[in-house]
Amino acid sequence: MSIEPAGIEFHDVGFSLPDGRILLNHLNLRVDPGETLVLLGRSGSGKTTTMKLINRLLDPTAGVVRVDGKATVEWDPIRLRRRIGYVIQEIGLFPHLTVEDNIGVVPRLEGWEAGRIHARVRDLLALVGLDADRFAGRLPRELSGGQRQRVGVARALAADPPVILLDEPFGALDPITRREIQQEFKSLQKKLGKTMVFVTHDIAEAFALATRIALLKDGEMILLGPPQALLKSEDPEARAFAACFQDGPSSGSAP
Amino acid sequence: MTLWEFLALHSRELAGLVFEHLVLVVVSTGIAILIGVPLGVLLTRKPALSKPVLGFANIMQTVPSLALFGFLIPLNIYLFNVKIVGGIGARTAIVALVLYALLPIIRNTFPGISNVDPAIRDAGRGMGMTDRQLLFQVELPLALGVIIAGVRVATVICVGTATIAAAIDAGGLGRYIFRGLRANDNVLILAGAVPAALIALAADLLLGYFERTIQFGRRVKSRSRKLLWSGTAAILVLVGLGIFFMQPPGARVAVGSKDFTEQVILGEILAQAIEAKTGLPVERRFDLGGNLAHEALVAGEIDLYVEYTGTALLAILKSPPLTDPEEVYRRVKSDYMSRFKIQWTEPLGFNNTFAILVRAEDAQRLNLKTVSDAAKVSSQWRAGFGQDFMSRADGYPGFARVYGFHFEETREMDLSLTYRALAEKQVDLIAGNSTDGLISRYGLVQLEDNKRYFPPYDAVPVVRQAALESHPALGEVLKQLGGILTIDEMRKLNFAVDGEKRQPQEVAREFLTQKKIIP
Repeated sequence: MSIEPAGIEFHDVGFSLPDGRILLNHLNLRVDPGETLVLLGRSGSGKTTTMKLINRLLDPTAGVVRVDGKATVEWDPIRLRRRIGYVIQEIGLFPHLTVEDNIGVVPRLEGWEAGRIHARVRDLLALVGLDADRFAGRLPRELSGGQRQRVGVARALAADPPVILLDEPFGALDPITRREIQQEFKSLQKKLGKTMVFVTHDIAEAFALATRIALLKDGEMILLGPPQALLKSEDPEARAFAACFQDGPSSGSAP
Repeated sequence: MTLWEFLALHSRELAGLVFEHLVLVVVSTGIAILIGVPLGVLLTRKPALSKPVLGFANIMQTVPSLALFGFLIPLNIYLFNVKIVGGIGARTAIVALVLYALLPIIRNTFPGISNVDPAIRDAGRGMGMTDRQLLFQVELPLALGVIIAGVRVATVICVGTATIAAAIDAGGLGRYIFRGLRANDNVLILAGAVPAALIALAADLLLGYFERTIQFGRRVKSRSRKLLWSGTAAILVLVGLGIFFMQPPGARVAVGSKDFTEQVILGEILAQAIEAKTGLPVERRFDLGGNLAHEALVAGEIDLYVEYTGTALLAILKSPPLTDPEEVYRRVKSDYMSRFKIQWTEPLGFNNTFAILVRAEDAQRLNLKTVSDAAKVSSQWRAGFGQDFMSRADGYPGFARVYGFHFEETREMDLSLTYRALAEKQVDLIAGNSTDGLISRYGLVQLEDNKRYFPPYDAVPVVRQAALESHPALGEVLKQLGGILTIDEMRKLNFAVDGEKRQPQEVAREFLTQKKIIP
């Protein structure tokens, strides 16, 4: 498995439901290797759909999505997904498995030997700031929200995938924990240098973590650029988000 | 005798019946799990199938067990030369029990898996699990508690339904219950019912413990995990043994009987006479309920049993009632030969017809001699009849019409319970069997069928023609048994078993010795 960060490209991608409802329309986008692209938008704007097109939980109904230069529909979905770490809201941890077993899922699927998995789990727990001796044997429900989220991140990193998708990973956390974990995540990002696609509706979070921000509205991308571009934009949706950021103390501020 | 004395005295036999019962339950539930869980999983993958499959399982569960047995016995379905469906005995009982146990298992597996949080399923798929990995690593473990809850319901249903399996000679604690019902013996009924209830309770508690331990998101102690695995292994071994024991029977003469005392005694008389006179090995398949003895004879599962002319005429051949005994005998003899290749041999000599019975004190007080006498005074009476009498052509409707009965209430109950109900004044008139030993035990009075309403029910051995041809000695023995029993003698034999609690084998042996059939 390559640990070189991989690129992702969207070429005129559309996705509509069988009933004809269009969730995504004419999306053109490139995620460069090593960059963190934040998909920002309101609920229903198409962020999660965009993300699921990358790991083939959905196939585009128009256009092509390429990962590592190869169209996703040509990838074996299982191979593709094992190259892509996936973090969803805390509920995504398997409730019947311990922290250690949750983190070890993909290495086990990949057939690593037990000793290697065990060592990897301890490294990862240390990386996300959890004491392996205390936490490895716990079940998800025996953790706090922030701890669960750290485990989720560790699990996505387990097999060292070149791409990581994060779907509102910190959405269920209280504002203080959320801010702490964003800070830790940011330093992790620098350490790892992976290609990341991060979905959020929180402008402060987007500013904290994004290399570039893609702003989505009603299935269309209306803006793509570094965080400052969003503040300068004349687009009403961008201004609405920018306004939130400038007078929204509850979500913290840009670094 | 109290229940405890009885159990202490018969502990060996009881242990055997408990074991038979457990094997029935474990093998049936095991097979139902092996079919039901994969089927439930399949339904989550192909939801379009869920309606027909759940519909079928639903219907199976509403079919009364005796009716289901009756339907399964004539079938002949083979798999790799091993008969898997059809005939009497444990095999058919297991098939029926599996059909009953399927519904709760499928019904819990299907939603148990469908209801796994879609976000968790997405997480698994997003991490690159194949459908199989998702099923075994995520969906099944999360649904396990719900599936075990279904297994728990299925097991308890099986423990209960397995008692009825005694009706088709499948063994188990039902033997005591049926024997007790027949002989009106509470101790015997309890000796079957109490252990069955305890087994059900124990199974419920044990599986309930697993269900709670395995609950979603709970740490599973390694001890109970070990227990669960060794339990599962034990079940698989028993299922294997059960399948192993379902072998086709070898060469022997199989004597059947219906499920009441007289029939068991007659079955023993036939069996012992055949053993003594021909030296052929005899297999006893007694206590077959309803029309199952006939079904088993036609299917070749048994070779002979004692049938009654009137029953054959009305219940089997579905002819209109006739009253002349000679004519009935000729008629069933020729029809059975042409339709079933079954031979009616010499009549045994007595007529077991319906006996209209009242309490002796009522008969005396109201001066009742005939059924017509009773009809005149019966407007305030309650009557108790067996299911058989209520439904057959020569049963209640015609009876009430011919004699002009208008009871205040007509209660339908098991035939064996009607005698006691009459003695205990819960009902005032019943239709019993004229040869029943309980008639004298409870001091009941039989009223004369003065309008000759009931057809004759002469007891006659019926034999498969094929069995007569392959064992010519069989015909000789049956000829010797012709006319051997008067109605008084039959009543005495019945009373010896029902009233004096003696064993049918012993009573039959004594009778045959006395008649110089056996030394």
